Amino acid sequence: MWPLLIIGVIVLVAIVALIGIYNALVRLRNQVDNAWSQIDVQLKRRHDLIPNLVETAKGYMQHERQTFESITQARSQAMGAKTVEQASRAEGMLSDALSKFMLVVENYPELKANQNFLALQEELTSTENKIAFARQGYNDQVLFYNNKIQMFPSNVVAGMFNFTKRDFFEIENAAEREVPKVSFS
Amino acid sequence: MWEQIRVNKRNSVLLLGAMALALAALGFVLGMAFGGPDGGFIGLIVATAVWLVLMLISFASGDKILLASSKAVPVTHDVHPQLFNVVEEMKIAANLPKMPDIYIINEAAPNAFATGRSPESASVAVTAGLLAKLNRDELQGVIAHEVSHIVNRDILFVTLAGVMLGSIVLLSQVFLRSMWYGGMGPSRRYSSRSSSNQGGAQIVFVIIALVAAILAPIMAQLLYFALSRRREYLADAGAVRLTRYPEGLASALEKIASDRTPLKAANKVTAPMYISNPFRALKAENLYSTHPPIEERIRILRAMSHGASFKDYSDAYSRTVGGSGVIPAREARHAEPVELRQPSAESKPQEDRKRQIHDIGDIIRTVNRFAFLTCACGIKMKVPPGFKGDKVKCPRCGRISSVHT
Repeated sequence: MWPLLIIGVIVLVAIVALIGIYNALVRLRNQVDNAWSQIDVQLKRRHDLIPNLVETAKGYMQHERQTFESITQARSQAMGAKTVEQASRAEGMLSDALSKFMLVVENYPELKANQNFLALQEELTSTENKIAFARQGYNDQVLFYNNKIQMFPSNVVAGMFNFTKRDFFEIENAAEREVPKVSFS
Repeated sequence: MWEQIRVNKRNSVLLLGAMALALAALGFVLGMAFGGPDGGFIGLIVATAVWLVLMLISFASGDKILLASSKAVPVTHDVHPQLFNVVEEMKIAANLPKMPDIYIINEAAPNAFATGRSPESASVAVTAGLLAKLNRDELQGVIAHEVSHIVNRDILFVTLAGVMLGSIVLLSQVFLRSMWYGGMGPSRRYSSRSSSNQGGAQIVFVIIALVAAILAPIMAQLLYFALSRRREYLADAGAVRLTRYPEGLASALEKIASDRTPLKAANKVTAPMYISNPFRALKAENLYSTHPPIEERIRILRAMSHGASFKDYSDAYSRTVGGSGVIPAREARHAEPVELRQPSAESKPQEDRKRQIHDIGDIIRTVNRFAFLTCACGIKMKVPPGFKGDKVKCPRCGRISSVHT
């Protein structure tokens, strides 16, 4: 009788602990998803702004076809991104293309004075800032969640119910990635 | 962040306790002056009643009264998209539960304040002059400073302390004026129906009351201002942490400091709410200042070259001003590294005084729902909201345009 009772208590405690850990993991995963949706809203907004920007700029800069093409291409890649890792890379490329575009814009004073263009530029700047500020919050959540599913005992529960690691969202731009070339000649 | 809020809370409770005591003592003494030894408690009750009424009003609609008395107008995204965007960015950075309501004050003096009792019901108000004078990064710095006030719940404190100060000022003013116009009214009225001996004691009460009525508001103000100065440093540190760009706020403060246009809508009690003391132009920095010297705030911000955390601000404070710093020690120690960022790529043609004045006018007209029309000859016409009819004549070329509503 006694051994049965002890085993029963142990099983009960284990089940309660399991439920607790499982719920905690679900909560953390939802927080990560929620933080991601905050970024996603801003990324979509950025993708929506670009066609308008290109359309406005086209009338002023006929000879910059290549710039427009690289932006459009980067945008469609970014829109097709399925995972956070793909999005990180694609959004980085889009950021690069946009900053190159803004450099070219410097040569077109009439475009820079266009009210419509200025309004679009403001929206784009703001959207990029919002992405940057939301990214901080998202990455904090991911760090917390990843730590939890790798540490004992929650890693056991995470393994049982297939909780997987999440990727950080880092917008990498090519200029920062490249190692500066040093020449002694 | 929580450590800092906790320390603030403790100081606030101490300060509010001291002010409540001053208010009670003042009520007691004034009561004695009016009604003799028995009047003390009546005075106490009157003081409490004044406080209670002001408190209820300010809790029910304090922010609305403040916004109305500053002539602030609520605006939407269309009126000033940049302001709206910057506030939303800071809302995301500070993780506020709700987007603050945004108001524009129709004045040329650059200034800003935040109000509302909790982060759920906060408002941010900026003047038209601020919008015209600052570039994007600078505006972001100012808004971040205001959002930090919201996060630190400084507004609740300013409201509570302001009500206390207001009651004290009100009671003393009523007493001093009754003495002035009534010509020792209370004591004469009293002595007419009592013996001359008690009348002598009454004069002593009156003198004590006079001294109290003159001193209490001064003491209360000193207390109020001392703590609000410290809150300004904390809000500056918070702003840098949110924007990761100390130069934005520094150069905004510089532009605000160099402007000598007085802010008409501010008064003694609302002064601590603004980012820069609206009365700075009128008197020197001293114990009465609600804000630290603006030059000092700029120096501290400019000394931050390594990072944007609270610890970096605290270090910069020690280097430039000396002392142990303004950030609570525990908060400064476990500070996480926060990188600084580059200025945003926006070049707004600045420092053109004429253009700025023009911009201020445009912002004020937009806020007041003027319609803007561009005539075929290139001139921009501003049509007031109450305009009757649907056609306007261009003052230069005489063409007729129709007003679209």
